[in-house]
Amino acid sequence: MEPLTSKKKVLEKKPLTFAERMYLPAITKGLAITISHFFKKEATIRYPEQQREFSTNFRGMHSLKRDEEGKERCTACGLCALSCPAEAITMIASERKPEEKDLYREEKYASVYEINMLRCIFCGLCEEACPKEAIYLDGPIVPSDYLRKDFIYGKDKLVEAPLEKK
Amino acid sequence: MSDKVKVTIDGITVEVAPGTTILNAARQIGGDIVPPAMCYYSKLEGSGGKCRTCIVKVSKGSEKDPRPMPKLVASCRTTVMDGMEVMNITSPEVIEARSGVVEMLLINHPLDCPVCDQAGECDLQNLGYEHGLQKTRYEFERRTFERIDIGDKIQLHMNRCILCYRCVFTADQITNKRVHGILNRGDHSEISTYIQTAVDNDFSGNVIDVCPVGALTDKTFRFKNRVWFTKPIDAHRDCPTCSGKVTLWYKGADVLRVTARKDVYGEVEEFICNTCRFDKKKTADWTIEHPTHIPDTSVIASNHYETLIPLPVIQEDERLKEANRVELEKTTKF
Repeated sequence: MEPLTSKKKVLEKKPLTFAERMYLPAITKGLAITISHFFKKEATIRYPEQQREFSTNFRGMHSLKRDEEGKERCTACGLCALSCPAEAITMIASERKPEEKDLYREEKYASVYEINMLRCIFCGLCEEACPKEAIYLDGPIVPSDYLRKDFIYGKDKLVEAPLEKK
Repeated sequence: MSDKVKVTIDGITVEVAPGTTILNAARQIGGDIVPPAMCYYSKLEGSGGKCRTCIVKVSKGSEKDPRPMPKLVASCRTTVMDGMEVMNITSPEVIEARSGVVEMLLINHPLDCPVCDQAGECDLQNLGYEHGLQKTRYEFERRTFERIDIGDKIQLHMNRCILCYRCVFTADQITNKRVHGILNRGDHSEISTYIQTAVDNDFSGNVIDVCPVGALTDKTFRFKNRVWFTKPIDAHRDCPTCSGKVTLWYKGADVLRVTARKDVYGEVEEFICNTCRFDKKKTADWTIEHPTHIPDTSVIASNHYETLIPLPVIQEDERLKEANRVELEKTTKF
């Protein structure tokens, strides 16, 4: 085939010098790149001691919120479970007893509230469906574990810590 | 001259017997043009005329007197005339007035749908969704009442009541002696049993079914589950006191609730007795017919399959457990 242009790059083929044959310039070049990285900012962090800041719309582990008075907001209305595309949420509702008035916000509350973290896809639809602003996916990354049963998070892991008494 | 009168509702003409109300004439046509009704109940004599959600515009009074009626009329209480022309959803005036009525009904209605057991099958919820505003303009305290205990089977939430009087008519007409009624007047009106005694009557449980909101709910179902998680299935049994035709509401293998069968307008087909409603909560008590038909538009239609074969329920199988013992142990051994 005829060349399309008349331009031609003439390659000079000199024999390699002794130093070049010993890879010396190549090694120095490579080492220079490596050493220059010692003085650059580290790209990695020491997880889990050190953690990066999440973006504001990051969705992590769920937490069940309390109101200003420290009462649980969830009323077990079931809308989160209904909206959940992975069917990860189950709950059992109970009626609040008169002596539990400062524990739960409304007369109905979730006595059992479980999220299967293996099923959960962290889509945030539960958060959106909640009419009581009770569930938010504002926690950290869900930790790994060995057993399936340990991924079913109950109220002990999900509910926010109670308010400190003043 | 035929003994039928012609009436046109939203451009659809129907021939009905004289003395029929506009609402019932519309129901004979069916579809979207049927005005909603919160207080009218075809099975209860004298009901209707209280909630005003069924208001329609009569644009032509009759063949003899074609003048329109001056105001919007309650279709459940207005009888048809020959040649009458009625506008329901074709009239913007009616739509606007109806959303006003819904707003009025919601003024004192607490926003506790997340707690209420009626949510999901509540007429007021549906009506509010269709016509209502996103938020209330009412800035004052909502009307509240002291809680009254009216027995161990029925739960009364007076705060949710919209004073439709359906339960009062039920008590009057279905039960033998009247045990509850309305106390006080106007804004203070309240449903109550007079001496707060138990409503002990064979058919008293029907007030739960007729209640359009969550004011009267089933105490045996209270907070057990949400309506949309349960599966309705038609069933019957030989009952000495009632027809025994009911809807069972299943969750898994358990019957959580028994109600009467309801038609498209949310009215019960036949009233059922308290034994059927509250005491027979085992599958063995009933002859299963088929899953209840639920329109696709209903909130409880999700995951509802109308096949006769019920969804499999995993049973404990000892032989299977034994065969898989080694594998099962692995999951807990660590």
